[in-house]
Amino acid sequence: MTTVINIPPSLDEQSFEQVIEQLAPLPPDQKVLFDARHARWSSPYGLTALLCAAQSRTERATFAVPEHPDTVSYWARTGFFRHAADLFELHGHVPRQREGHDSDVLLEITPVTQSDDVHTVVGRIQHKAADILHGQLHLETAATMGFGMTLSEACQNIVEHAGQGGWVAVQTYSFRRRLGRRVVVIAVCDAGVGFRQSLESSPGHARDDRWGDSRALESAVVHAVSRFRHGDAGRGQGLAGIRRYVSRWDGKLSVRSGTARIALVPSWDEDEPMRERLPAFPGAQVQIMIPERLAGDPAPAARARSGARVGDRSEEREK
Amino acid sequence: MMHHIDVSRVLRGAVCELYSNLVTRPTGAAVRTAIELLLAERNPPTITTIDFSHVNLLDFSCADEIVAKLLLRHVDADLDDRYVCFRGMREDHLDAVEAVLEHRALALVWDRDGWPELLGHVDADERRHWDVVRAGGPVWAPSVARTLGNTTADAELRLTQLWRRRLLMRQDNGFVVPRGASGVAA
Repeated sequence: MTTVINIPPSLDEQSFEQVIEQLAPLPPDQKVLFDARHARWSSPYGLTALLCAAQSRTERATFAVPEHPDTVSYWARTGFFRHAADLFELHGHVPRQREGHDSDVLLEITPVTQSDDVHTVVGRIQHKAADILHGQLHLETAATMGFGMTLSEACQNIVEHAGQGGWVAVQTYSFRRRLGRRVVVIAVCDAGVGFRQSLESSPGHARDDRWGDSRALESAVVHAVSRFRHGDAGRGQGLAGIRRYVSRWDGKLSVRSGTARIALVPSWDEDEPMRERLPAFPGAQVQIMIPERLAGDPAPAARARSGARVGDRSEEREK
Repeated sequence: MMHHIDVSRVLRGAVCELYSNLVTRPTGAAVRTAIELLLAERNPPTITTIDFSHVNLLDFSCADEIVAKLLLRHVDADLDDRYVCFRGMREDHLDAVEAVLEHRALALVWDRDGWPELLGHVDADERRHWDVVRAGGPVWAPSVARTLGNTTADAELRLTQLWRRRLLMRQDNGFVVPRGASGVAA
């Protein structure tokens, strides 16, 4: 018997929880049909998480593609069907993908399995990122390089911790519901071992009664703990760097893993910083959202440089 | 003897001709290993400038692998006369480099538009002593102590500390800030 998993009409990080709720009670070998016929829109998180949902099934799932031509065309331009065809049995009409025709797609859905993939991803978005972040979202030039670093570190989490490949996608869209502005969104999702299991594999890991997915997320995202920390004190800085970048540009970071989700919530959003006891979903799903800047917005906090004190150079040189 | 290492050339030579970004730990480790080999080829005393001018993007992992681990090995290197300083680091490079230095309690000397600066984890006392040497070096501890109004023993302690961290050089005529070559790649 096949169980039907209904895909919400608007699929984003929040509404993907409805997909997980339907999937979580099912054994991995249960035959499922993801019914996306009535879907009208998806964020990059929704699309990459759908691919992870397929990866999490031992029995190949069926996928009913959206019926609306605009939706199916847009999903095709994100590269979704190219990867979905390897993971799902697709039902419905899938248009042939035309490459590079959508200015909102900064980075098509791209698999990340090894370090070389991170070079490819970062190299691909660089020119377009400058155009979109600076040109369309009015972010300062400094935001562009930080964006590349953030993307790189987020992708490396898959390579180093997931134990299997994952997916990354970057898009811009208008986030009217909460913000009324355009945003650029990075989604990095995998169906691997997740934060808890990754940290448990560290030789120095000490488990206590409160240990679980939420504590693991807190350790990694807030306290920069890494499973490699035992032999290399420099590990764990990637997520800390992402956090700093997101704060500086008034963005939002959320990370879901297992049964918990942690979020760095900006003033414009009302999300919960930590959600526990969610239905289980394998791996880790990261979303980074940076909003457009408008005239009159306060300037981002300048980074205080530990080694350079403004104003002392000319004085010293004159001596 | 002054030397110069262009990090982007090392990246293309040691890792991949097609890469222009310093991202991922394996890339950083390969670049650092190549730099260490270049440093080992040269007999001390040496000041080597590690030049990031042509590096496009530097992420935290690479900053840790290249800058922090290079400094860690240098500081531990039983104090032979080898010094490294850095140049060509843009604002976004500095974000990554400063984060890893603070995390590991390290510091470096970098050339900021032709003028040496300290970057990283340095306490206020160390910084005051370093500033005096930068402004008036070469100088010995008594002169620094007079400028700062502290004891010679205290100044000697701080200057030696900075020398052990490879943030100052000790020459025959006193302490100086290591300043490297800014020329073409070696």
